Amino acid sequence: MFLINCPFCGEREEKEFSYGHEAHIARPENPENLSDAEWADYLFMRKNTKGVHLERWVHTAGCRRWFNMARNTHTNEVLAVYLMGEQPPKEIRDMIDGKKKS
Amino acid sequence: MSQTHRLHDGGRIDRSQQIDFYFNGKLMSGYRGDTLASALLANGVMLVGRSFKYHRPRGIVTAGTEEPNALVQLERGASTISNMLATRVPLYDGLDASSVNCWPSPTYDVMAVNSLFHRILPAGFYYKTFMWPVSGWKVYEHFIRRAAGLGKSPEVPDVDTYDKMNAHADVVVVGAGPSGLAAARAAAATGARVMLVDEQTELGGQLLNERFEIDGKPAMDWVADVESELMANPDVTILKHTTAFGYYDHNFLGLIQNRSENVAFGQDDRTRQRVWRVRAKRVILATGAIERPLIYSDNDRPGCMLAGALRAYVNRYGVSPGKRHVIFTNNDDAYRSALDLKAAGCVVAAVVDVRKDPSGELVTQAIEAGIEVIDNSAITGVLGTKRVRGIEVMKLNDEADGVTGTSRTISCDTVGSSGGWNPVVHLHSHSAGKNTWRDEDGVFVPGDTLQAEACCGAANGSFSLAQALNEGDFAGIDAASHLGMTAKKRPAVPTANSDVDETPWRTIWYIPTTKPAGQRGKHYLDQQNDVTVADVQLAAREGYRSVEHAKRYTTLGMATDQGKTGNIPGHAILSAALGQTIPQTGTTTFRPPYSPVTMGALAGRAVGEFFDPIRRTPMHDWHEQAGCLWEDVGQWRRPWYYPADGESMQDAVSRECLAVRNAVGMLDATTLGKIDIQGPDAAEFLNRVYTNAWLKLAPGRCRYGLMLGEDGMVMDDGVTSCLGENHYLMTTTSGGAPRVMAWLEEWLQTEWPDLKVYLTSVTEQFATLQLAGPNARDLLSEFTTDIDLDNDAFPFMSWQDGTVGGIPARVYRISFTGELSYEINVPASCGLSLWTDVMNAGEKYGITPFGTETMHVLRAEKGFIIVGQETDGTITPIDLGMDWIVSSKKPDFIGKRSLSREDTARPDRKHLVGLRTADPEEVLPEGGQIVAETRPQPPMDMIGHVTSSYWSAALGHSIALALVKNGRGRKGDTVYVPTGDKTVACEIVEPVFYDPEGSRLNG
Ligand SMILES: [Zn+2]
Repeated sequence: MFLINCPFCGEREEKEFSYGHEAHIARPENPENLSDAEWADYLFMRKNTKGVHLERWVHTAGCRRWFNMARNTHTNEVLAVYLMGEQPPKEIRDMIDGKKKS
Repeated sequence: MSQTHRLHDGGRIDRSQQIDFYFNGKLMSGYRGDTLASALLANGVMLVGRSFKYHRPRGIVTAGTEEPNALVQLERGASTISNMLATRVPLYDGLDASSVNCWPSPTYDVMAVNSLFHRILPAGFYYKTFMWPVSGWKVYEHFIRRAAGLGKSPEVPDVDTYDKMNAHADVVVVGAGPSGLAAARAAAATGARVMLVDEQTELGGQLLNERFEIDGKPAMDWVADVESELMANPDVTILKHTTAFGYYDHNFLGLIQNRSENVAFGQDDRTRQRVWRVRAKRVILATGAIERPLIYSDNDRPGCMLAGALRAYVNRYGVSPGKRHVIFTNNDDAYRSALDLKAAGCVVAAVVDVRKDPSGELVTQAIEAGIEVIDNSAITGVLGTKRVRGIEVMKLNDEADGVTGTSRTISCDTVGSSGGWNPVVHLHSHSAGKNTWRDEDGVFVPGDTLQAEACCGAANGSFSLAQALNEGDFAGIDAASHLGMTAKKRPAVPTANSDVDETPWRTIWYIPTTKPAGQRGKHYLDQQNDVTVADVQLAAREGYRSVEHAKRYTTLGMATDQGKTGNIPGHAILSAALGQTIPQTGTTTFRPPYSPVTMGALAGRAVGEFFDPIRRTPMHDWHEQAGCLWEDVGQWRRPWYYPADGESMQDAVSRECLAVRNAVGMLDATTLGKIDIQGPDAAEFLNRVYTNAWLKLAPGRCRYGLMLGEDGMVMDDGVTSCLGENHYLMTTTSGGAPRVMAWLEEWLQTEWPDLKVYLTSVTEQFATLQLAGPNARDLLSEFTTDIDLDNDAFPFMSWQDGTVGGIPARVYRISFTGELSYEINVPASCGLSLWTDVMNAGEKYGITPFGTETMHVLRAEKGFIIVGQETDGTITPIDLGMDWIVSSKKPDFIGKRSLSREDTARPDRKHLVGLRTADPEEVLPEGGQIVAETRPQPPMDMIGHVTSSYWSAALGHSIALALVKNGRGRKGDTVYVPTGDKTVACEIVEPVFYDPEGSRLNG
């Protein structure tokens, strides 16, 4: 049972939240220009990371706002929460790039 | 029966308070402070049940949660609970327990014949025997369940109540033995909020079973002092009789508290049990250790117990488990049992020690006390079946893998064996803590953890009392210091005088006999699931190399006790058979719960009407008085149909259908989801989420919309109206409203934050009355003067504001029935009064209330889909033949690109079609599978299924909708629906059966 720090409400229990999916998968601008394979990549293909994973959560039973979360899927440690439209903090990017241990 | 085995004095029982109880219908008595197990032993009852597979007679083995055998069915009727551990049930007046897994009684059991056939019941027996044919499972399952026993679930609802509590703590200490108490005391002295949890009814842990001293006085006096000190601290919560059953991510613990002294009942208006959900800043695990048995031949005979349990019964309960006891050990600690038995006046026939020349202080004391110590020896056999009558002892060879010389028989009725102690690392493991193998004494000790947690005392593999106290004290201070808290005045570290020089353990996992395992008696590893050494060796021979696979194949450790006593020896035997070390083999994963948790406690108050909230419309009471039957739609309760006296469902639905087609009917449509959409980009937003065009919808007009997932599959549908500039009202399916709302919010917040659009759910703000039928206009005209109902002024797919019956109303002219239809929306609070007035005034027009079933029939006659009935998440609008609503001009909308994917654009996908049965009276079963050609028996190629099927009273024949592969290419073909006892032929037709031109709804 995670303790999640909603950027709008503060720390709340996992059961108030819903997991969405992997974060930072932008909807293609012109889907009609994509090949079936490219569209399928957007539609179906997701990372299955062991380690730092960027994902999208919503505070369903709270403020109902979506936000991004960096979580270590191995330890379930929540490393950062950040707003929609934002990029992960630099130290998270460094962890993903292997420059820093999570 | 009298308490033949009760000692004259000693123990923590109150001999002045006699308690009467029943075991297998027989009246017995014990004392306050007894557990059911200690009271049974006091009454000379050792045999308590039969084993799972072979139905071997089984006795009490332990004095705690690790007990594999003494499972009882407690109480009867509504309060009955199965699989209760006699060792954990505090005795109470009138307690009524019976054995599980034996019939008619534990001493005479008809299934015991299984043990004669043990050669055909080896490991993996269930897998091997019951794999094939699958159809045989029905027969086998009945046999297995009946023979397997292990308690019965109650047949009537539980009369007790349960609840839940959320709590936060700075430091949670699990286990109130010496280490846990020292930890709690040290942490509490810093001002930390401490929660101390222990599964027993008294604090003290292992100290309850021992004759130790702390700070120069009896250890239990020290426990009492610490308890009163903690009780006086308002920041300390002590939860007794409470088990920490699970330890989860981010330092979250699940506890189950027994709130009633009578564990089977609630009392004094109190809930019976409570689940605590605790978030801790720091956790200290002082969960102690569990003794493991030595694995000798026929070690399951009643009377074969653990050495530590013997002294627990003597010291804590004043009970002598037997009349003549033998201790069998690989370590010095078991000598404490011999000494305690002897001190209490019980007979100790001998100590059999697998070690050569043990010389520790306790050994010396035993010899001085006149106890015979037989060293370098093993028990090679047990005499007696329903109770131990004696043992055979032989010398071990040098490698300890065989025995030599001649056997000696020792007469006894009780054997206490000890193979050392395993730290209770379960909770540590639940939260992904690692365990490390310690070779010197053959135990797994807790290693690294991801949590803010520490282990101390025996749970940490530190078995001496002084170590336990020291580590506990340190853990308490350390936990507090992590939180920035220190004590102004540190309490002195308690001192213990029980530590003595001990000869090291000798690790022998398997006690040999003169023959290989399985050929001379049975060496049990898991008594509850009847798993023997031979079974584990067989699994290794058959190629099970992973401990997780071997566990499932043999069922080792998979019973209700989760192998608390026998798992480590089992893994050691597997490792030996595989020729590898125990760390190489590893252990199975410990998972919650640590010990069984009742379903009632997990449900808590969420039972009955609190299980799932019911949403009622403002007209609910009217429907109820009209005698409707209800249909659950999401959380809504909607009228299904309104049977008149003596009417069948079909009669009622046909009557309601004909009323709508020929006169007028009224439906409570309040439950349809309503989302108010506002903002300068509202139209653009609708244009993106619906398949059709929305930019030009004028105020006052309504439009039907279909919503797809990004995968192109139909997700929801409904009518959306333009209420004004930048203002729309979307309706959704009744069950889909929350999902659609969340879906729209997600797109706005994540993908299109630039769109200025605001969504508000207004479903419950309005009551919606749907009038449908040729008389709808005449009836409605009686209620309004300011709404022009003329067809030109108020055409199909438009709305008007005004008053209806003097109430401000918005009326939509839309239709799901195919008839002239108005949906009247009024403030929810006015719904019931308007509904009643319209029903009264409608009498002369033949008004009839109708429910969801009639609505479904009417819309099916028109070929209107219901999302979730005609669709299942794999159906596109093209599959439904609804190309007309999919814009080809819009460059993009959600799901558009997917419609041209290779698989989605296949011509032979399933299409929505109508079915006409050859026999017009025949109504197809919904869900019926459709085949193109019949064969005498399955398999037949399934080409589709029936999605909706009804008797159409208006048409005088049955109708059905179906999804059929290449259905539109099969128009006019005959297909078949096998229904089990017959096969129904039907023709594929257009999916619109009634008024295909739509003249009625436009009229
Ligand atoms: Zn929030």
